Amino acid sequence: MHDANASRATGTFEPLTGSAVLVNAVGLHARPSVKLTQSAKRFAAKIELALAADGPWTDAKSPVKVMRVKAPQGATLHFRVTGPDGEAALAAMLVLVHDGFGEA
Amino acid sequence: MAEIHLTGRPASPGLAIGPVTVLTAAVTRRLATGDPAQEAVVLKAAIEGATTEIAELVGAVDGDVADILQFQVAMLEDDALAEGAYDAISAGVAADHAWRSALDAEISGYRSAEDEYFRARAADMVDIRDRVLARLSGVDTVAKITGGSIVACDDISPSIFLAADWTRGGAITLGAGSPSSHVAMLARARGVPMVVGLGPLSWNGRPPALALVDGDAGTVIFDPEPETQRLFEHRMAAANAGRAAADAGRTEPACTADGRPIAVLLNIAAPEDLAGLDPAICDGIGLVRTEFLFEASHGLPDEDTQYAAYRRILEWAQGRPVTIRTLDAGGDKPIAGLTAEGESNPFLGLRGIRLSLARPEVFCVQLRALLRAAVHGSLKVMLPMIAIPSEFDRAAIMLDTEFSALRAQGIACARPPLGIMVEVPAAALRAEYFGAAFYSIGSNDLTQYTMAAARDVGAVADLNDTGDPAVLALITRTVEVGRKRGVEVSLCGDAAAETRLTTALLATGLTNLSVSPIAVARLKAAIAGIRS
Repeated sequence: MHDANASRATGTFEPLTGSAVLVNAVGLHARPSVKLTQSAKRFAAKIELALAADGPWTDAKSPVKVMRVKAPQGATLHFRVTGPDGEAALAAMLVLVHDGFGEA
Repeated sequence: MAEIHLTGRPASPGLAIGPVTVLTAAVTRRLATGDPAQEAVVLKAAIEGATTEIAELVGAVDGDVADILQFQVAMLEDDALAEGAYDAISAGVAADHAWRSALDAEISGYRSAEDEYFRARAADMVDIRDRVLARLSGVDTVAKITGGSIVACDDISPSIFLAADWTRGGAITLGAGSPSSHVAMLARARGVPMVVGLGPLSWNGRPPALALVDGDAGTVIFDPEPETQRLFEHRMAAANAGRAAADAGRTEPACTADGRPIAVLLNIAAPEDLAGLDPAICDGIGLVRTEFLFEASHGLPDEDTQYAAYRRILEWAQGRPVTIRTLDAGGDKPIAGLTAEGESNPFLGLRGIRLSLARPEVFCVQLRALLRAAVHGSLKVMLPMIAIPSEFDRAAIMLDTEFSALRAQGIACARPPLGIMVEVPAAALRAEYFGAAFYSIGSNDLTQYTMAAARDVGAVADLNDTGDPAVLALITRTVEVGRKRGVEVSLCGDAAAETRLTTALLATGLTNLSVSPIAVARLKAAIAGIRS
């Protein structure tokens, strides 16, 4: 019942997009990937990221897949978020990247 | 509860009493179940176990190490990591193979990264891969084998044996197994009593608490009555006193009844085997198996680790000759990440020198460590599984090349004499065509290859006899070639410690025998009784 609602809800939401430049020293490496995916998992929305505005899109809740992107410093990370808490999710993702994942 | 008497075959002598540790077949040896559903369950359990193991470590460390461990946990918890492995399993692939392939693909993705930081993460992925593989092959069960316990299971792998602590006693009792297996050889070297071929061990849900093991007679008594236990303890005390008496004579040089001196050397698997031993009991070390270094490091030990271990052994020997055998992986001694998998007959496959020549990057590290260690004593280097002269020649060139390179860098080193194991009948039949500085007869493999009787198959154990005239003829031939060429011939297999064979072995002209430390006193006593 809950799942059915969730999927129907997801379907009714328009995807939100946004982007931010990776400013931390070594790009989207181990610790940032863990932080990003942990943060993403707190939201119900489907969250995807990519190195280009038109994809290919990667599940931002999977550290294995995020690490496969191998996003270097200076790259622009694009997000595509779909779901009921999409706005909050997108904001959280962008803040994390802007702040360099709390690293220098 | 009545005591249970079981009779098997003796595999390693000695008496032992202790609490029983039952290992289930599923964890003692990785046998594919052939059932995809079950393989998936096994892999899932191994991944979860490894995850818990790392998560527990996180609490004990901080800073960057904790971050890396948390990263590993995050990767393991992500279903995406094992997706490919589960797909392969549902297509019929065994869990360990499926996991290894999936992770190797992931690892090569990291290794090919342009960014150095991402390339470096390959090491984390290797760590993750091996942790799960270790759980799949049951290495974690070592924790259950506490000092002094009697291990009871169907069969046991060499890596489990090597990783356990046997210094406080203990014994091995197997439902299957063979006295000629690699584990039995290791058990004899460490003085761990072992009985094999007890038949299916089923406890009907009530595993035994205590066991009495007689490795001389090949019998085991589970959950003995108090009176049985008292009599056994009495026998143990008497046997220990008898051994102490024999040990008293073991520092004397060995000599036959008619005055022929025989050199008695030691076979060891690790520097730890020498703990508490007086070098005076032997005329040197005839065989150092270097596989231990590779078993313990869960991968490939670096040059300095190997150098330190070899140096310790050479320093212990105080100038006596020490023969170190280069890595003899393969056969019944698999090493994760190095030996070939899925060979239909590993004993006839890529093992010993064949593997070393196929993996020069691994072999050269060992050669460099040996060249550096050679300045600390009287080192000889021995190549295993040599079949044709070109194998020896190629290894000799590699040794010389590394020697020149080290000298050019100003690193202290010496070029040790290079000899061969004679264990493939082809090498025994053509011994004079090898430029070897010495021959060492590996009687275990020479016997199994000559008699075409595997040493880990109990049903053909009777054929696996070094005393057979065919095997003795090959040994005699090798000894004669050694005499003509003026190079030393020794024998370092289990046959050297089988005192029923001593007369026959000395009759071939052999004057050098190498045995495990525990067998020295017995062998010297046997030699003293021989009149040729």
